[in-house]
Amino acid sequence: MPDTKRLHPLHVLLILAVLAAGLIAAFMTIGAKGRWDFILPFRGTKVLTMVLVAYAVAVSTVLFQTASQNRILTPAIMGFDALFILIQTALIFSIGAAGVANLSPYLVFALEVLAMVLFSSILYRWLFSGTSRSLHLLILVGIVFGVFFRSLSGFMQRIIDPNEFVVLQDRLFASFNSIDGELLAISSTVIIAASLVGWRFLRGFDVLSLGRDAAIGLGVDHDRVVTVVLLLVAVLVSVSTALVGPVTFFGLLVANLAYQIVGSHKHRFILPAAVLLAINCLVGGQLILERIFAFDTALSIVIDFVGGLLFLALLMKGAAR
Amino acid sequence: MIEVSNASKSYGDTMVVRDVSLRFPQGGITSIIGPNGAGKSTLLSMISRLLPMSAGTVTADGLDVTRTPSDVLAKRLSILRQENRIPARLTVRDLVEFGRYPYSKGRLTPEDRKQATAAIGYLMLEELADRFIDELSGGQRQRAYVAMVLCQDTDYVLFDEPLNNLDMKHAVGMMKLLRRAADDLGKTVVLVLHDLNFASCYSDYMVAMRDGAVIHHGPPDAIMTTQVIRDVYDMDVEIQEIQGRKISIYYT
Repeated sequence: MPDTKRLHPLHVLLILAVLAAGLIAAFMTIGAKGRWDFILPFRGTKVLTMVLVAYAVAVSTVLFQTASQNRILTPAIMGFDALFILIQTALIFSIGAAGVANLSPYLVFALEVLAMVLFSSILYRWLFSGTSRSLHLLILVGIVFGVFFRSLSGFMQRIIDPNEFVVLQDRLFASFNSIDGELLAISSTVIIAASLVGWRFLRGFDVLSLGRDAAIGLGVDHDRVVTVVLLLVAVLVSVSTALVGPVTFFGLLVANLAYQIVGSHKHRFILPAAVLLAINCLVGGQLILERIFAFDTALSIVIDFVGGLLFLALLMKGAAR
Repeated sequence: MIEVSNASKSYGDTMVVRDVSLRFPQGGITSIIGPNGAGKSTLLSMISRLLPMSAGTVTADGLDVTRTPSDVLAKRLSILRQENRIPARLTVRDLVEFGRYPYSKGRLTPEDRKQATAAIGYLMLEELADRFIDELSGGQRQRAYVAMVLCQDTDYVLFDEPLNNLDMKHAVGMMKLLRRAADDLGKTVVLVLHDLNFASCYSDYMVAMRDGAVIHHGPPDAIMTTQVIRDVYDMDVEIQEIQGRKISIYYT
């Protein structure tokens, strides 16, 4: 890693962007045997999906951490992954694997996104409209719901047909291998629209990191900005989870790596850095997974192993700020 | 002018601030004193819209603090609380520049930077300007936050126990600085203070609270009497005039 203390955040971004471009180029071309007019669109869809998911996971994690003023929490703790698992389990439980296979993928996608956004909106509204405005209470309730969803899914998974369970298990792993182009387009539109809403608050996010009192003192409508952040997080996580499965695992890693190497509190540097890191993680991880391990392991294992080592190395070096 | 009318705050059945009505004098330093749990900080938080009121209204220059958009109010009134989170990755200059947020919304103009530099100079923080906040001592950090609040350049400046964590020298320095801010910059400074004698020596006006109510208010000469202090603190304290200032002897 470069010596981060002397690098301007823009240079860090530039290095990360070049790295990401290199990895994407490698991913598109390495091991290509056959016709380019098949390979490029096929791998291109994969890359686009990974970029979209990287964006969603990185942005949602950083914003969630800013709003909760905590560097360890991720949106996963609010029970998003658990709700996704519950929806999938409930679907297979009620209409069977064959029934689910016959459903339109768009319908399932819309259902998942709606359920997840609705769940989080109701949770946030309920907690923010009352007298108690504690974000920690909100997170606690989220954790409890997560446990509840997981237990409910666990119960259903134990009593369904073992064959159906295998189908279900396959659906619960994040995968970039069979993405529908139409779904990808829909997801991108939703995520871009949500980001445009969040864009207006970009500089307000910096103030949030000073804490509630200081933010209000500086004229930021704290409750409103936090609500916007939480809704944005809900949309981003829901869409990406519905698209490829539970992938929030590497959010924690890229967000903290971004804080470490950017060395600035400004979200206009942290956010792009986290997104680029996430792209590097996903594309690099998938490259290793496909070319070295020949799909023999899970993407999360690759990313957590390599990323975790990198993170530890950064901490040991004491470049930490 | 800051005007509080019938302000109350209750948590369940407990009234923390009960029916306070008060006009804070324009200009100068006003200190709010009183025992722990008297509702001083709660009152200050309600005036600065950090805490919703259970009943009553607060206006600053005629603007209702609960209804006026937060960013409009942020150009008139600033607040510094006792506990501040210590963000990492933030230098003193970064922090002070946040004071310009109500004006620039994060896009600093050269004028904003000039104001920030001026505030840093005013607090004599030049040498620390590029240090990170979490590397400073408690006193230095306190000064950095005060610089941020002064950089916000509001007519009303509210401080909740600004002398916390400060030693004698820095406490006196802080009070002199607030005095200067009131005298030279024409600010209206409202403080919650625990040290009676600092309040007596530096305030133009004192407000004494007990059990959520304002029980006395007036210039220091009127408040610094054995009778009033007994009402407020339940303590018999001798008040002596030393070098023309009323000093309470309460240590023994």
